[in-house]
Amino acid sequence: MNHLLEVRDLCKTFQVSAGPLSGSHLPLKAVDGVSFNLRAGETLGLVGESGCGKSTTGKAILRLLEPDSGEICFDGENLLALSSRQMRHRRRDLQMIFQDPYSSLNPRMQVMDIVGEPLKIHGLAKGRALRQEVARLLQTVGMEATCLNRYPHEFSGGQRQRIGIARALALKPRLIVADEPVSALDLSIQAQVVNLMQDIQQQFDLTYLFIAHDLSIIEHISDRIAVMYLGRIVEMTPAEELYRNPRHPYSEALLNAVPVPDPHARRQKRPLTGEIPSPLHPPSGCHFHPRCPYARERCRHEAPALNDWGGGHLAACHFSEEVGRYRIAR
Amino acid sequence: MSALLEVHNLRTYFFTKAGLIKAVRGLDFNLEAGECLALVGESGCGKSVTALSLLRLVPPPGRVVEGQVLFRDEDLRLLPETEMRRVRGNQIAMVFQEPMTALNPVFNVGEQIAEVLRIHQGLKRQDALQQAVALLKQVGISSPERRCREYPHQLSGGMRQRVVIAMALACRPRLLIADEPTTALDVTIQAQIMQLLDDLKSKHRMAMLLITHDLGVVAETADKVAIMHDGLILEYAPVTAIFDDPRHPYTRSLLACLPKIGQKQHRLALTRDAAPEKTAAGTYLDNCPAPFAPEKSKLPPLREVTPGHLVRCWREP
Repeated sequence: MNHLLEVRDLCKTFQVSAGPLSGSHLPLKAVDGVSFNLRAGETLGLVGESGCGKSTTGKAILRLLEPDSGEICFDGENLLALSSRQMRHRRRDLQMIFQDPYSSLNPRMQVMDIVGEPLKIHGLAKGRALRQEVARLLQTVGMEATCLNRYPHEFSGGQRQRIGIARALALKPRLIVADEPVSALDLSIQAQVVNLMQDIQQQFDLTYLFIAHDLSIIEHISDRIAVMYLGRIVEMTPAEELYRNPRHPYSEALLNAVPVPDPHARRQKRPLTGEIPSPLHPPSGCHFHPRCPYARERCRHEAPALNDWGGGHLAACHFSEEVGRYRIAR
Repeated sequence: MSALLEVHNLRTYFFTKAGLIKAVRGLDFNLEAGECLALVGESGCGKSVTALSLLRLVPPPGRVVEGQVLFRDEDLRLLPETEMRRVRGNQIAMVFQEPMTALNPVFNVGEQIAEVLRIHQGLKRQDALQQAVALLKQVGISSPERRCREYPHQLSGGMRQRVVIAMALACRPRLLIADEPTTALDVTIQAQIMQLLDDLKSKHRMAMLLITHDLGVVAETADKVAIMHDGLILEYAPVTAIFDDPRHPYTRSLLACLPKIGQKQHRLALTRDAAPEKTAAGTYLDNCPAPFAPEKSKLPPLREVTPGHLVRCWREP
């Protein structure tokens, strides 16, 4: 099977200052050996809490951040081997939608220039043709051409995110990395934007890497979901399978943590104890063991490998077969 | 017996240069001891301004222009500022959404919690610090003696929110106003904090005004729910009635667009037909696809449809 994107053993370490008065630096392993594939037309959801490296992974794929090691093959070509000039050309196929629709649009540019800029940079249109193309893009995302000469502050969060999507679509990309595109929006607006992203996916045959911090909305857009914890993928599986049959204790905890919108289903929760550890000092062995209800001695010393449980269901846990015991029925 | 908190016809307006903004346009609700009322609505519906209005903390150019806020039968709006200061942080405490801005970066957290106790309860410094340690322990912070000497930036988001909650609980308030207490937190931490608030509520019979846009959180914690939109309560009912028998079209549309986990939908339901994104001038009532509105300019009254269930809609008999 041909994959549009293949990520192999991606690693990215940041050097963070050891203290305000200290000259020394500590290594922070944000992404620690992440591998996954994306088929054309597929959506992979990448889920994890703050500091798990999901955004770093997304940015590294577009080489907005330079990874330390690993391989990123897009359409059979290793992106990390490209020169920056070649990469700039390649980015026509790879675009990004950002989380914060307030800071990702230049407040001093009109919508026309924001959406038209990629076309100008790549020399694809100018003059009247550019204006027409931008108007068409805005129409695609459900906005009117009358917006062309307005500024970002004149729009609501949902409309701004639509502008961001139009900008990402301008170069007719094949892969879009969407970094929490709806988490800054109200619930009803989230639904609108997710539906829009699904529509344009069909229309333009797009492949998505959809990054999110919880499991509530991602279910509806993802074909497969990868769960990350402290720089590593701990579970990767077809979406329905994750909700039905999680194989990693952290995925189970994430599922349990989503509030159930049914007052009759109130129950004694068992929330995960403990804080998310600092990625500067990740726990030994399995990173999750200090918070894990299934943890035993072995988990402290030995990091579990990502094992295949059949049907494309991968999980990195020594005691995968036990997971499900603490699942709260819904 | 009268309720712990009774709010009558509360109106808060902002007199901005660009014109008058009616953020809160006449709210009525009440809250008993040990009860949790959730104020639910999307951004800009006036739910946070309502909280600030109760505590008389509305920033200018905003002003509470009308209404009564009866707390234990005393109208907070009529209290002199010195009296009000004794109520705030003592009998009514507030937890804000962003724990970083609610803490002072240059004092360690022990001193910040102790300050509350020194001011409101006249405790000596050492006693207050000891009490602070006990409070940190109560909100589930491990090794509280050490944490007490740490500064806010040394703590994670979840820890900070616990500190803010410990501070709010320092004087055993009768009413806790929690404005999106978990929105800035990760989901696993969010579950911990909500459980903590729930435990404290039942242990101390503390009343809670929970401000949120998350109907999942509401279903798990609230006793009563007020659905707000554009400064008005559109529906007000016990939590089971809101979820089992929503009467207002806006409430229905909010519930319809809730993603239910484990039940994949191909299309997410939208509130679009009922409530499009709020435009500058538009309101739900203006946008309501309501051929049933007798007079468009007239606001439908909040009417009781079954005991304790109030709805503001012309269509609802």
